Amino acid sequence: MGIRERLSGNEAVAYAMKQINPDVMGAFPITPSTEIPQYFSTYVDNGEVDTEFIAVESEHSAMSTCIGAEAAGCRAISATSSCGLCYMTEMLYVAASDRLPITLAVSCRALSGPININNDHSDAMGVRDCGWLMLFAETNQEAYDNYLQAMRIGEAVSLPIMICQDGFITSHAIENIELVETEKVKEFVGEYKPQHFLLNKDEPMAVGAYATPVYYMEAKRQQAQAMMDAKEVIKKVGAEFAAMTGREYGLIEKYMMDDAEEAIIIIGSSAGTAKEAIQNLRAQGKKVGLIKIRSFRPFPAEDIAEALKNVKAFAAMDKDDSFNAHCGPIFAETAAALYAAGISAPKGINYIYGLGGRDVRVESIEHVFAELEKVAATGETGETYRYLDVRE
Amino acid sequence: MKDIVEIRWHGRGGQGAKTASLLLADAAFNTGKYVQGFPEYGPERMGAPITAYNRISSERSTVHSNIYFPDYVVVVDETLLSAVDVTAGLKKEGAIVINSGKSPEELRPLLKGYEGRVCTIDAGKISEEELGKNFPNTPMLAAIVKVSGVVEPDAFVKDMEASFKHKFASKPQVIEGNMRALKRSMEEVQVG
Repeated sequence: MGIRERLSGNEAVAYAMKQINPDVMGAFPITPSTEIPQYFSTYVDNGEVDTEFIAVESEHSAMSTCIGAEAAGCRAISATSSCGLCYMTEMLYVAASDRLPITLAVSCRALSGPININNDHSDAMGVRDCGWLMLFAETNQEAYDNYLQAMRIGEAVSLPIMICQDGFITSHAIENIELVETEKVKEFVGEYKPQHFLLNKDEPMAVGAYATPVYYMEAKRQQAQAMMDAKEVIKKVGAEFAAMTGREYGLIEKYMMDDAEEAIIIIGSSAGTAKEAIQNLRAQGKKVGLIKIRSFRPFPAEDIAEALKNVKAFAAMDKDDSFNAHCGPIFAETAAALYAAGISAPKGINYIYGLGGRDVRVESIEHVFAELEKVAATGETGETYRYLDVRE
Repeated sequence: MKDIVEIRWHGRGGQGAKTASLLLADAAFNTGKYVQGFPEYGPERMGAPITAYNRISSERSTVHSNIYFPDYVVVVDETLLSAVDVTAGLKKEGAIVINSGKSPEELRPLLKGYEGRVCTIDAGKISEEELGKNFPNTPMLAAIVKVSGVVEPDAFVKDMEASFKHKFASKPQVIEGNMRALKRSMEEVQVG
């Protein structure tokens, strides 16, 4: 069952790309995702894949290349990080609104300034409203598994999908991984058979046409519907993947939540560090747990509200800041999810943490739970907008 | 209680401390362990101090932070002893392994009262003599395996031989040189 290996997160994603053998890659290098197109270009050069690798002069062009290729009827992929993702932003909107299920690997990194190459989620969160599906990984294994599921999900709802992992923390760390045999991958991912595509001579069409006010809003409403429909698709593809590998994936992962009185909501690699903190605190008899968001787009509002409804206090952990003098995006969307579900009992606070590679330690998370214990005991949140592990 | 061994590597950019940590992860992986091998990235440049880490365990560790209380520390460049607090958090039941021609007794005074084992190995000399160049990686890797026992030494030697044969298939003399460097290092490492 599976192939025991040890790979970095970047290697794992490049390997998944090799197993899938897509039609076109358009890519421009940027730390810490550079290794992905670098490894993949080796596979192209060795003839291990027959992908057309298009080396471009910028990320804007990388995404434009993917848009052209996907519109023509191909499977198109790219990889990027940080300012590279920012530079793609204009075309990210085009890809989503043209309903092109491109797959983009993101090794998340801070944005300038100060200039910094290390991990946080400012890049991915900065493009969260572009209309892309977004899955996040805690480990190299999850980055690989998410990538294998990406095209099935994106193509089912005709939306592009980002597969995000934490730059350096998982992208450059060697860890054990269980790979899926290539024949099984090919069978699972299947052939791409677009319903409409430019190279279909029997159905001439335009892609990216102008929409007057009479049509624009209907196009957006359909995009919104596709994003809502994606929730069930992600669960269904996750269930099929579990049947093949034994590894289960949904919109969120709940860890020790059944009787939890205090919980954190977190995304990415620090969820693993938090699990260790939770084990330590559980050993002391504390009822603590964790909700890890796997799918940030679509946002699993119902699942999160359901998981949080019985806790006394929670902390939403944001590895970026919205600079709105109020809170980060995970707190904002979690609070909205609770409000929409009519749940008002849990007290919530927000932590901005891990910016620019600030190391997130087991002790960091234990401190958050110590604060949550006070909130739960007193019913008073105090300041809800907090920075973790910072010198002030 | 999880059995987990945590190792911190100190080197300078370009000396291969990161590569050595990845090689150790490989060696431990090949004996069936769960491994993590990762560098701490700063403004990378030749000669700047760099840190790399290993977690080696029989159950998967989910922690993704740096290592603050290592069981072992490996110092690839002796000049770092005055520049970096290499024994910070180092457990006294563990050990520090330093690439140096000096004896453990000579170096202990530089280690801020560290009470555990101090080990030295002249990896530069071994590398020069067996490989003709200063590649301290292989000897340092062998020394930490010997001192820590994190990989069973005989299995380690066999595994490394297979790995060198694969890597240097067209250069048998390099394989022999590396294997001599490896075995010498395991014999010559001084424990004080």
